[in-house]
Amino acid sequence: MITFQSVAKRYRNGREALSSVSLHVAPGEMVFLTGRSGAGKSTVLKLIALLERPTRGQVIVAGERTAKLPARRVPAFRRRVGVVFQDHRLLIDRPVFDNVALPLIVAGSSLKEMGKRVRAALDQVGLLGSERVLPSELSVGEQQRVGIARAIVSRPPILIADEPTGNLDPVLAAEVMTLFRRLNEVGVTVIVATHDLHLVQESGLRAIVIENGRIAGGEPETALPTIEARR
Amino acid sequence: MSFSPVSYLVRHAQALLSSAGHLARAPIATVFTVAVMGLALALPLGLDVLVRNVRSATGDFSGAVGLSAYMHTGVSEQRAQELASTARARAGVGTVTLITADQALAQFRTQSGFGAALDALEGNPLPHVLAITPAAANANPADMESLRRYLSAWPEVESVQLDGAWVARFNAILNLLRRSLLIAAGLLGAGVVAIVGNTIRLEIQNRRAEIEVTKLVGGTNGFVRRPFLYTGALYGLLGGLAAWLVVEASLRALAPAATQLAQSYGSRFALAGPSLRDLELLLGVGTLLGWLGSWLAAARHLAKMEPGSG
Repeated sequence: MITFQSVAKRYRNGREALSSVSLHVAPGEMVFLTGRSGAGKSTVLKLIALLERPTRGQVIVAGERTAKLPARRVPAFRRRVGVVFQDHRLLIDRPVFDNVALPLIVAGSSLKEMGKRVRAALDQVGLLGSERVLPSELSVGEQQRVGIARAIVSRPPILIADEPTGNLDPVLAAEVMTLFRRLNEVGVTVIVATHDLHLVQESGLRAIVIENGRIAGGEPETALPTIEARR
Repeated sequence: MSFSPVSYLVRHAQALLSSAGHLARAPIATVFTVAVMGLALALPLGLDVLVRNVRSATGDFSGAVGLSAYMHTGVSEQRAQELASTARARAGVGTVTLITADQALAQFRTQSGFGAALDALEGNPLPHVLAITPAAANANPADMESLRRYLSAWPEVESVQLDGAWVARFNAILNLLRRSLLIAAGLLGAGVVAIVGNTIRLEIQNRRAEIEVTKLVGGTNGFVRRPFLYTGALYGLLGGLAAWLVVEASLRALAPAATQLAQSYGSRFALAGPSLRDLELLLGVGTLLGWLGSWLAAARHLAKMEPGSG
């Protein structure tokens, strides 16, 4: 589902965030992306969501080589990747319903379908009934869950989350992880970036460790063909 | 996701409503922007209405333009008749009226009130006069001047007086005013584009978070741009309406004074306001300028706003 081949990313300010990263995530898999702050986790996620393009190497997401995707096809591509942020990035002056419905609005869904899907997404994150509430009236954990509802409302095949539990206490964090596991069970490919190693160990899932812009153990480049064969 | 005309219209209606909502939620800022645009658009419209009123109040004066060719006193009436026919035959000449010395004297006697004094004169001191008006197409200073030279060259003619040279000057002034008006309209139109562009630029910056998130979840540039274009067009429409109100109100304030002035000249002239066509044109031009301003701002600032860079 997601393949990185010797990917390097240098930002315009000259900082090299990734020097050579190769990794593979199979369809329907759920993996963690760990490493210290600044190791390059966020950059990997940005490359997957096509918020950035690789400087060198290939990023292939859902069959698309993102480096060469023309700008006019980027929006349609992004609709297939749900993104959850640590700071949730909700629109604070819009009620929960509008926030969650945004991916459907930009895709031009009908109002009827929108209502149905938004309620289904809110139901999944346990916030049904909060449609007309403003995000500022919700707790941090609830805001995070609204962000997740927005990421899954259009049922994207890929869900990526950047430190989704960073601002949450352990109980709320565990709830969010359970939610991701459930989504993964119904076939969504999930990638969670976190520096919470406890969370990773508890889950028993594969973890890709990034150190100084490279993969540290866990995912040697030679492992690629075998994982490819698992498709 | 597939294209259908209905959902296309629905999406545009949503963008329009959302833009109108944004304007309504910041009434003071909206009123100020609309007022500035209204004044900018009111100026050329006001000038245009003024010029048109001056024109209609004064008529086109075409009847007042003409030449009077005074003959030497010794020229016979028959010769004067011949000369009148010659003049009539010349291209560019409209009408030629011969006022004989006798007619002129009779007229003078009845109209001037100097009848008794005239009786004291031995003969008729007045010459025959040809009153000539040019054809409408030739009522311009250059043709009039060449006609004057032509007539002056006749030995029977003592002098030629150009009547209504001031009319030509007056029309030239009106023309100058019209031209200035076009330039003013152009400059103020550019001003309106700049005002809207700047307002929309600020709006885009204020809504940066919303724009980035919208792009993040797959909103196209077109989708993100749409509400801003509608906002700009609405500003233009409201600005046009404001301009019309400003001009209407000004005319209403001026009307009594204008009527009074006209009455003192024995005229029934009344100030004419902007027509319905003016209103349509104003609203159309305003909307177009607003749209253009917001499009320029959006093209410049929206494409650069990508969620990754934030």
